Amino acid sequence: MKARVIVTLKSGVLDPQGKAIEGALSSLGVSGVASVRQGKVFDIEIEAADREKAAAQLSAACEKLLANLIVENYAVEFN
Amino acid sequence: MRAAVVLFPGSNRETDAARALRQVGGVEPAIVWHDERELPPAVDLVVLPGGFSYGDYLRCGAIAARARIMEAVKAHAGRGGLVLGVCNGFQILCEAGLLPGVLMRNADMRFVCRMQHVRVETTQSAFTRAYRPGQVLKFAIAHGEGNYEADEETITRLEEEGRVAFRYCDAKGRIGGAANPNGSTHDIAGVYSEDFNVLGLMPHPENLIDPLVGGVDGRGLFESLAACELGATPIFPNV
Repeated sequence: MKARVIVTLKSGVLDPQGKAIEGALSSLGVSGVASVRQGKVFDIEIEAADREKAAAQLSAACEKLLANLIVENYAVEFN
Repeated sequence: MRAAVVLFPGSNRETDAARALRQVGGVEPAIVWHDERELPPAVDLVVLPGGFSYGDYLRCGAIAARARIMEAVKAHAGRGGLVLGVCNGFQILCEAGLLPGVLMRNADMRFVCRMQHVRVETTQSAFTRAYRPGQVLKFAIAHGEGNYEADEETITRLEEEGRVAFRYCDAKGRIGGAANPNGSTHDIAGVYSEDFNVLGLMPHPENLIDPLVGGVDGRGLFESLAACELGATPIFPNV
């Protein structure tokens, strides 16, 4: 089963990388960009009996390692 | 005093930490590989050195914090054993949950490598007894992710319990503005655990032990540790 885990910074957490990218886009003349927040994407192949079990395994993965829950949120998607 | 320095793939300050322990503390530390299950017997102090463990992959300190030896380090800290994390070691301690908060990217995005003054916020700890309260020290800093952040409740708690170990300041001890190199909340350069037996800090006291390389302000930390009464629980109530 293929899944995608998306880790994003919680709102209110300063994201200097996002800010730098935002500035770079504006200097490249890309218009209309109001703000940029940078996150991470993990494409994971996982073996599980069903989607629910896979989701539970991936939540465990996020909480144990993939996300730092002090400053990050995570979401799991199946494609 | 028996000490151990943990070596992770990508650590690069373990020799500096060992040298400071040897030259100032008179202790020859054991070097312990991250994949070990046990610390050497009767260790009093565990040092997590600076560097770039696992190339800072995922988040700095994240993967090292889950290394096998960290279970033993947690157990050691739980027994009241001393743990010192410098720079990447501080990041590892936060990721491992041994210290609160997280070290985020420096606010101005730059890796900062320079001398930096810090103020000793408390001398009531096993790490800082050799200093004077409020003493201004010159340490070296070298990090890209030293911007200490925690939720408001945690910061309030750290302040109320006197657990801020060091604050960034200028040469006169003044706090704020350009004296803060990375945007760290409340100018925090280092924090203690609840029982004051775990210290994490971004600056490198282990590099300031020899006048030849810029100063000796780091010696006090290792002198404090060496003077620890063996077997005594290093817990200091708030004063």
